[in-house]
Amino acid sequence: MRATRIEEAVFRVLMTISTLAILSALIVILCSVLLKGLPALNLSMITQTPKGGYYLGREGGILNAILGSLYLAGGATVLAIVLSLCVVLYVNVYAHNRSRLAAFTRFSFDVLWGVPSIVYGAFGFTIMVFLGLRTSLLGGIIAVALLILPMMCRAMDEVIRMVPSELYDASYSLGATRLETALTVVVRQALPGILTAVLISFGRGIGDAASVIFTAGFTDSIPYSLLRPAATLPLAIFFQLGTPIPEVQERAYASALILTVIILMICAVSRILTRRYTKHIVK
Amino acid sequence: MEFKSHISVQDLSVFYGTEAALRDINVDIPDRRITAIIGPSGCGKSTLLRSFNRLVDSVDGVRVSGRGLVDGEDVFNPRADVTQIRKKMGLLSQRPFPLPMSIYDNVAYGPRIHGIRKKAELDRRVEHYLRQSSLWEEVKDRLHSPASRLSVGQQQRLCLARGLAVEPEIILGDEPTSALDPVSSQRIEQRFLELKQNYTIVIVTHILRQAMRLADYVVFLYLGELIEHGPAEEVFNHPQEIRTREYIKGTIS
Repeated sequence: MRATRIEEAVFRVLMTISTLAILSALIVILCSVLLKGLPALNLSMITQTPKGGYYLGREGGILNAILGSLYLAGGATVLAIVLSLCVVLYVNVYAHNRSRLAAFTRFSFDVLWGVPSIVYGAFGFTIMVFLGLRTSLLGGIIAVALLILPMMCRAMDEVIRMVPSELYDASYSLGATRLETALTVVVRQALPGILTAVLISFGRGIGDAASVIFTAGFTDSIPYSLLRPAATLPLAIFFQLGTPIPEVQERAYASALILTVIILMICAVSRILTRRYTKHIVK
Repeated sequence: MEFKSHISVQDLSVFYGTEAALRDINVDIPDRRITAIIGPSGCGKSTLLRSFNRLVDSVDGVRVSGRGLVDGEDVFNPRADVTQIRKKMGLLSQRPFPLPMSIYDNVAYGPRIHGIRKKAELDRRVEHYLRQSSLWEEVKDRLHSPASRLSVGQQQRLCLARGLAVEPEIILGDEPTSALDPVSSQRIEQRFLELKQNYTIVIVTHILRQAMRLADYVVFLYLGELIEHGPAEEVFNHPQEIRTREYIKGTIS
């Protein structure tokens, strides 16, 4: 009797400590970004492109990187949505659910998820060489789409697997084809989960530096063509942190703050949208 | 009573992998009558029902042999047009599963996928079939609210309206009242008794009393085999087979 109580107490303490550790990690990161970044943050940071000597402490901003990151992550997300919806609907609606193909596809998502992002960057680079592309927004979009594809597929697969088989039967028994069932019933039932999958993938894509370093390149001007290089926030942070000048390093924290705010906004939007679209869900 | 046949099942066998769920079923389902498929759990009642509209196809490793003639067409033929077969048969499942959309869109779903786009015609069908399943009065002011907010009993009537809106000839019910409260069950049963004027109705039930209340024709299955079938009066009052007698008396269940 006493042994089980001690066991209970020990595990409760362990769980509490782990939870607090996670929470404090988040708080420490947010605080350090806020404390170091907020003083350096000003309006010109988000409204101007880097002027000559920006990295030496002269004036300018990182509008090029903000827009570049938004275009790049947005483009990559759209590309990944199209591909992962096809993959996930195929695995769940068309392939027999327990077939080897479905199992192998799921296994490959897991493997791909574990591949480091620099490998996607290198892989994207070889594709670009093959296609004859230079470092460009398009190249970056392809690399980031590859990076977030496994995560998006896996997250969508989890929710689409939860759609009850009776719902398929209900739609089939009305004479609907698999495609009609997939697009109108399955996607709608899983919509909140699909939205979450899309938005966390966007968040991952916008924050990754290694996959874009060879593929999107960097530039001081606002991106205006898919075939031109584009700046990104993670790389802007990296370059600013790499300078020996303290003021520029502070700007790196300000840039990190901007990136964090963008990601927080995405999370908030995803929560609101998820709540809005759950009303039709059948339990 | 003479019956005209609507579904004619000949030598139907269904295998899940190597295991036979149904063996050599031969039975004629009468037109515009209520047929009850009865028998203990796991005897293949649902499998028989689901082979009519080919929902067994979606089970992994299933194999179907035999013929099932509906209007002269073999519904078990692997090359038959499954959507056309299913269009002829509305299905009510054990638990109602409304589609994840509004009440209106649930009923309009079938007509829409079969090519009806005109709003006036969709409106007409939605109202007509909601009335026929006696749900119209309860939902006419909130047709565009989510179907998932209806009570379970209302959801089952919505599923009935949704099935009817495709204008089928046959209604299949897979224990359609098992998740419902007594009042809702009675409503569904009442609808069936009205609908048999125009539709052939086949229900699976494990409630013997329900079969007695509703059925004109009874099919008794036991462990994948057809033991006895015939007009309800005869099967219930003068069962020919020992197992039917035991099942009706309640010694086996």
